[in-house]
Amino acid sequence: MIGDWIDIGPLSAIPSRGARTVPVAGGEEIAIFRTGDDAVYALVNRCPHKQGPLSQGIVHGHAVACPLHNWRINLASGEAIGDDKGCVPTIPAKVDAGRVLISRLHAVTSALAA
Amino acid sequence: MGVHERIAGEGVGGGPDGRAHLVVVGNGMAGCRAVEELLARDPGRYRVTIFGAEPHVNYNRIMLSPVLAGEKTFDDIVINGLDWYHDNGIELITGDPVLAIDRVGKSVTARSGRTVSYDKLLIATGSDPFIIPVPGKDLPGVISFRDMADVDHMLAAAGAGGDAVVIGGGLLGLEAAHGLTLRGMKVTVLHLMPTLMERQLDEAAGWLLKTALEARGQTILTGADTAEIVGDTAVEGVRLKDGTLIPASLVVMAVGIRPSVTLARDAGLDIGRGIKVDDHMVTSDPDVLAVGECVEHDGNVYGLVAPLWDMCRALADGLVEQHSGYRGSVTSTKLKVSGIDVFSAGDFSGMEGVEDIVLRDASRGIYKRVVVKDERIVGAVLYGDTGDGNWYFDLLKKQENISDIRDLLIFGQSFASGGGQADPKAAVAALSDDAEICGCNGVSKARVCQAIVDGAVSLDAVRSTCKASASCGSCTGLVEQLLSITLGEDYGSEHIVKTLCKCTSFGHDDVRREIVAQGMRAIPEVMQKLHWSTPDGCSSCRPALNYYLLCAWPGEYVDDQQSRFVNERMHANIQKDGTYSVVPRMWGGLTNPRELRAIADVVEKFNAPMVKVTGGQRLDIFGIRKEDLPAVWADLNAGGMVSGHAYGKSLRTVKTCVGSEWCRFGTQDSTGLGVRIERMTWGSWMPHKFKIAVSGCPRNCAEATIKDFGVVCVDSGYELHVGGNGGIKVRATDLLCKVATEQQAMDYCAAFIQLYREHARYLERTAPWIERVGLDFINSRIVDDEAGREALTARFLFSQSFSQDDPWAARAAGAEAEQHQHLGEFRPLDAIAAE
Ligand code: SRM
Ligand SMILES: Cc1cc2nc3c(=O)[nH]c(=O)nc-3n(C[C@H](O)[C@H](O)[C@H](O)COP(=O)(O)OP(=O)(O)OC[C@H]3O[C@@H](n4cnc5c(N)ncnc54)[C@H](O)[C@@H]3O)c2cc1C
Ligand code: SF4
Ligand code: FES
Repeated sequence: MIGDWIDIGPLSAIPSRGARTVPVAGGEEIAIFRTGDDAVYALVNRCPHKQGPLSQGIVHGHAVACPLHNWRINLASGEAIGDDKGCVPTIPAKVDAGRVLISRLHAVTSALAA
Repeated sequence: MGVHERIAGEGVGGGPDGRAHLVVVGNGMAGCRAVEELLARDPGRYRVTIFGAEPHVNYNRIMLSPVLAGEKTFDDIVINGLDWYHDNGIELITGDPVLAIDRVGKSVTARSGRTVSYDKLLIATGSDPFIIPVPGKDLPGVISFRDMADVDHMLAAAGAGGDAVVIGGGLLGLEAAHGLTLRGMKVTVLHLMPTLMERQLDEAAGWLLKTALEARGQTILTGADTAEIVGDTAVEGVRLKDGTLIPASLVVMAVGIRPSVTLARDAGLDIGRGIKVDDHMVTSDPDVLAVGECVEHDGNVYGLVAPLWDMCRALADGLVEQHSGYRGSVTSTKLKVSGIDVFSAGDFSGMEGVEDIVLRDASRGIYKRVVVKDERIVGAVLYGDTGDGNWYFDLLKKQENISDIRDLLIFGQSFASGGGQADPKAAVAALSDDAEICGCNGVSKARVCQAIVDGAVSLDAVRSTCKASASCGSCTGLVEQLLSITLGEDYGSEHIVKTLCKCTSFGHDDVRREIVAQGMRAIPEVMQKLHWSTPDGCSSCRPALNYYLLCAWPGEYVDDQQSRFVNERMHANIQKDGTYSVVPRMWGGLTNPRELRAIADVVEKFNAPMVKVTGGQRLDIFGIRKEDLPAVWADLNAGGMVSGHAYGKSLRTVKTCVGSEWCRFGTQDSTGLGVRIERMTWGSWMPHKFKIAVSGCPRNCAEATIKDFGVVCVDSGYELHVGGNGGIKVRATDLLCKVATEQQAMDYCAAFIQLYREHARYLERTAPWIERVGLDFINSRIVDDEAGREALTARFLFSQSFSQDDPWAARAAGAEAEQHQHLGEFRPLDAIAAE
């Protein structure tokens, strides 16, 4: 049987205030973020502005600044902050016993929707 | 102790008095508390037998830290002495762990062979310390910190003095380190993560804690990964993965705990991370209950006592058939190290729409952060002043709406509930004339107001006239209130202090000055001392602070990769499609067949869609994937090339023309000089990008007069030009001076760069910088002041001695591989197919 959560690796593999990527076969790459206070978020790795790879941005607080044109994205909601408008799909993520887990269902559907 | 203490038992194995028999496995905090709760509800209902693996009566485990520190004795921490067992008719069997449960026959068997039958069984086996599986972990002298035996062991080791290593910088490890330090050992704490107690504290509080512990003589190594524990017959030291060897006669492993589930698992009970229980602490077998750290409830396991108390209440209610149910707990933590106050509660991770309220008081070493969501507190971190910890925790647990007291919340209970003071402006207006506003410079309210009336109508003006708020800045808020009270409507408009970013009230120059004046050496330290209003800054201030620290402490400051813009972190330029472009250095615009061949090979091997000559006299390879970058760099390195820093706030290119070697007009060897200048300046980090050019004659084919530093060769020497820009707003250079020799041209170049590095604001190129500070300033420092110029040159060359390592070579050799690798790969269709 397949569980509801996919284990994608140890939290320690993601730099604090940084991100790593998980390519999805036949779908869109997922970016896994780790904030300074060790919260973990998963978002489709594609800025709502012009598809910038959010995983490469500067993480501060619970937001990331897109590397291409500096839109700031709220990691929890996927929404652009401030005057910019746009939203990137989020995937539920959590840490359990030091392992990072993302929701299987959301990963599959957001990958297939992409 | 150590013998079996048998008290008032009716004999083992099913009592004749008709009462149901409750057998408890684990004589620890939860097991005994559960029995206490049961006795409080219905003292006669069960006959009780308790098995304990330890040779002790029930004691307060959390007080082992004060026992180790010498602040308490074992007798002080006993919760229930022998008389308690006796008075309540409880049979206590110590020093005899239960090894097996027979759920069909309903009995347990202990190590001594003793078998006892039960009607209800309660498992309260607590946790086992996690031992990291490194070579040498079983050597004598390697211990954990869990029970009284461990403390005895540590005390014996400390008696002999010497060095101790504590692995783990969490609550437990730090308390062990503290105790051992007080007992006279020289202690080193190894922590894998970058900040101490990272699960409870944020970076700022973790940094304060580290500083305080270091001040007490402990050595704290963060980011320290243990490779092995060395020693022949007993421990002699710990070796880290980076090769460092730390001598030690005692090693305490405090890296975490795991619920102790072996007994329950062997008995076939449902196990997750802990023994699975329902809201009434019943396991998958209705006659077997479990409580404490060994259980998993609703997906959670706990490692603190407060949740155990809640569990024990629910459990006892269930045992007397008045089911109430346990619903999980929120927890708070305090570090029990005397003189260091740290508090953390709740959760500050993983939520949408959370806001941080941060207060930093550098002079008193205080940091407070309260996390608010939908007008309710969800988390708090306090350092230095934890007096209000319980108040915040209470508001958190009750989920109280804090909108009415929000503005004053961070100042604590007495202030926030203090009614009359609710308007901060009114409170400031009410201050007496001689009230001290600025503690650092001893400035009274009257003096600040006088300065304002006399024309100091901005914060900067107040700072420069009466010095208020000019030092640590913690009174900035008060001074601003006074400005607005004194000037009324007029303020606001004047209120344009150009701050570094929204996280701080300080400007770039203030921050740079204070970093040097106060000797600040880390980003969290700057944020703390200068009262940053966010927990970890933003994408504007982090890169700026990283640069300012790098510039101030060459060779010492450790660069923070996560504070760098993507291009500098990846050592390549990100493109609109997320691939990268790679520009190797071509010194002075010169190249040769070997380099060209290496580039050509890379273009073919990695299918680069385009290669182009840049405006900077070198070649740019486009469309490289982040995974391929290290391999591309390895190939370019093999061809003799290094990073061109086309991505950096750093020296970019030195353009040259052909010069006297070939050109019929050339007056000097402009090509050679350009190459030498590039060799001297490459790799340096700067406030913004920096471009140089050397032209062999005033025809200026290298466009030296629109560069940050330009040399135009003439018959009699070298004209040095500064502050040019060919970009968004074209600016021709100013002529700085003329020098006679190549060496002088190089020295002046180094001095000018260093002046720019030390004075310009982050992201300010030389052109706007010179317009701001004036050419006279540059002249006075570079041309007129010979000693000053030489000192600048020396400082530049010193800093270069640390920065001329090719970053590509390190990455190609495997450094920071994670920047280039995916964390994993997900194949949804395979997964579905497998189902
Ligand atoms: C590759 C190149 C264009 C080319 O194909 O020739 C180039 C490409 C970019 N330039 Fe440039 N500039 C290039 C030479 C120039 C020059 C000419 C020169 O250096 O002689 C100028 C004008 C001279 C100057 O800087 O004063 C130039 C003025 C700019 C500016 C405006 C700077 C200014 O102060 O006004 C920017 C924007 C910025 O830096 O904020 C910029 C920014 C950029 C960026 C980094 C845009 C960006 O942020 O992504 C482009 C990166 C492309 C890439 O991924 O490689 N580029 N850029 C040239 C690389 C030179 C090299 O070998 O390193
Ligand atoms: C040094 C130290 C400091 C701490 N400080 C704090 C603090 O400040 N605040 C806080 O909230 N928490 C603190 N804790 C954590 C706290 O002590 C635990 O949460 C609490 O003790 C857990 O209670 P428990 O009954 O589940 O486990 P325990 O108290 O460990 O009790 C379990 C008992 O079961 C026994 N046992 C295990 N297996 C068997 C078996 N098969 N047969 C018989 N007996 C068995 C064990 O020997 C042990 O005595 C600290 C812990 C330590 C070690
Ligand atoms: S001028 Fe420079 S920044 Fe503009 S498109 Fe060309 S390379 Fe990019
Ligand atoms: S693509 Fe992200 S800001 Fe433009």
